[in-house]
Amino acid sequence: MEEYSQKVMDHFMNPRNVGSIENPDGVGEVGNPRCGDIMRIYLKIENDVITDIKFQTFGCGAAVATSSMITEMVKGENIEEALKISNQNVAEALGGLPPVKMHCSNLAAQALKAAIDNYLKNENKK
Amino acid sequence: MNQKIIYFDNAATTRVSPKVFKSMMPFFQNSYGNPSTIYSLGREARQAIEKAREKIANSINADKEEIFFTGSGTESDNWAIKGIAYANRKKGSHIITTNIEHHAILNTCKNLERNGFEVTYVPVKKNGIVETKDILSAIRKDTILISVMYANNEIGTIQPIEEIGKIANEKKILFHTDAVQAYGNIMIDVKKLNVDLLTISAHKINGPKGVGALFIKKGTNIDSLIDGGGQEKFHRAGTENVAGIVGFGTAAELTIKNISKKRKYLEELRELTIEEIIKKIPDTIVNGDRIKRLPGNVNVCFKYIEGESILLLLDQLGICASSGSACTSGSLEPSHVLLALGLPHEIAHGSLRLSFSLENTKEEVEFLLKNLPPIIERLRHMSPLYPKTKY
Repeated sequence: MEEYSQKVMDHFMNPRNVGSIENPDGVGEVGNPRCGDIMRIYLKIENDVITDIKFQTFGCGAAVATSSMITEMVKGENIEEALKISNQNVAEALGGLPPVKMHCSNLAAQALKAAIDNYLKNENKK
Repeated sequence: MNQKIIYFDNAATTRVSPKVFKSMMPFFQNSYGNPSTIYSLGREARQAIEKAREKIANSINADKEEIFFTGSGTESDNWAIKGIAYANRKKGSHIITTNIEHHAILNTCKNLERNGFEVTYVPVKKNGIVETKDILSAIRKDTILISVMYANNEIGTIQPIEEIGKIANEKKILFHTDAVQAYGNIMIDVKKLNVDLLTISAHKINGPKGVGALFIKKGTNIDSLIDGGGQEKFHRAGTENVAGIVGFGTAAELTIKNISKKRKYLEELRELTIEEIIKKIPDTIVNGDRIKRLPGNVNVCFKYIEGESILLLLDQLGICASSGSACTSGSLEPSHVLLALGLPHEIAHGSLRLSFSLENTKEEVEFLLKNLPPIIERLRHMSPLYPKTKY
C-alpha cells in the first residue's frame, strides 16, 4: 500500500485540537458512514476571527490527519481567509496524500466551510 | 526500526518455512534446467515437479494426474470458473455461487456475466454460512457449475461443502470449491467432498508466493485458460515455476503432518483472543459463526471507529493485522463479506481481522490484548459517532 507522508503520520499519531467546544459559535459536519469518513468541526469566533477550533473524526489515517491539519491552519485566522482554503491546500500542507485518499478522506475544508456557514446563519438570526 | 514484528495476518500470506526454503534452493542455480528438455538437467527438474505433484495429490486424497499447477489461487479460480463455463456452454449458461466469495471468484463471475452467462449469488445467513437448501433452490435446468468457497478468507466461516457436493453430484452439476483458506487448516478429501474442482495456494501454508494448483477430477470437460506450449498436459502453458512447485510440495507435506496440532493450538489462541476482546472492549461484534470457523481466525467489529486507523496504531506496536474497511479494501465500500452478514456500513468499516499461525505465541496474543483496548478507546474518543464523546 502507498505510504503516508511523515507529516500525515505525525498528525494522525498526535492530532491537534481533538474534541468539542461547549456553546460553539458554529458546528459543521460532512461525510457519510457509507464511505467511512465523517468529520465534525466546532468553532469559537470573535469579530469574524476563529479563536478556537476543535474536531471529531470517524475515518482513516488521512481523514484524521486532514482534520487535525486544518485546525492548525485556521486558528487565529479571519473567516474570510479560512474560507479560501481548499481540500487540495490541506493535502499539500500535509506533504501530499496517496491518490486513493484524495477524494474520500480529504474533506476537512468542506467540514470547516460547513461550520463557518453554520456560524454565519446563526449570526443572521441574531 | 528494530521493533519486533508480531505477525497476525496469516490469512493474507505466511512466512516461507525454513524446510520449504531449503527444498527450493537447488532449483535456482543447480537444477535449473527447463523441465520440458531431455537432458539430465531438465529431467531433474521434471522429476522434482512430479514428486511435488504427488505430495499435493496425497494431501487432498486425489490422484497425481488430477493436480495442475498454476501461478496463484486466483489463476486456479479463474481457470475453474471460465474453463468450465466455456467448455460446457452448450449444456447451459447458469452458474451458482455465494455472495461472500473471494474477488477471484466474484470478479470472474462478473466477467462471465458480461459475456452472456447468468450467475446467481446465493446470500449467506447472518452467521456467514450459506444454507445447502438455498443452493438447491437456486439450481435451474441450465445450471452448469456451482462454486462455493470452503472457508471464507475474512471471517473464516466454514461452508457445508460435503452437503453441497452431494447435491451437485445428484443433479449432475459440476462443483468447484475455492479451498485456499481451508487448505492446511482442515483435512481435505476430494472424494469424500464430491468436488470436481478445487483451488489451493502455496503461500497460505508457509510455501512460496506465485504458485497455486487446481484439482480437476478425471474426465472433467474444461477449457484451458493459458494457451501455449504443452506444459501440464496442454492444460496450462508456460514454463513451470520449478522452485515454487517444489516448495509447494514440501509445504503441503509439512502442513498435513502438523494439521491436528495446528488446529488445537490455533483454536486456543483464537478463543483466548475473542473472549478477552469481548470482555475488555464494549460495543464489539464477533463476525461469523463462533464454532464453524477456521481455527486461527478472529474477526470483530468495534463500533464507532474505522479499521485503517486501528491498523495504523497496531502497526506502531509492530502488530500486523487486517481490516475490511473501505480504505483497506482499496474501494469506497467496506468488505462485501461483512455487508453480506447484514452489518450496516459504519460498523463494517470498523472491522479487525487477526489470523494466527503456529509461529505465534501466547505472549504475543497477550501483548495485543493489553494494547488493543486503549487503541480502541483512543479512536472512539476522537469519533463523532461515539455516544460517550462529549459534545
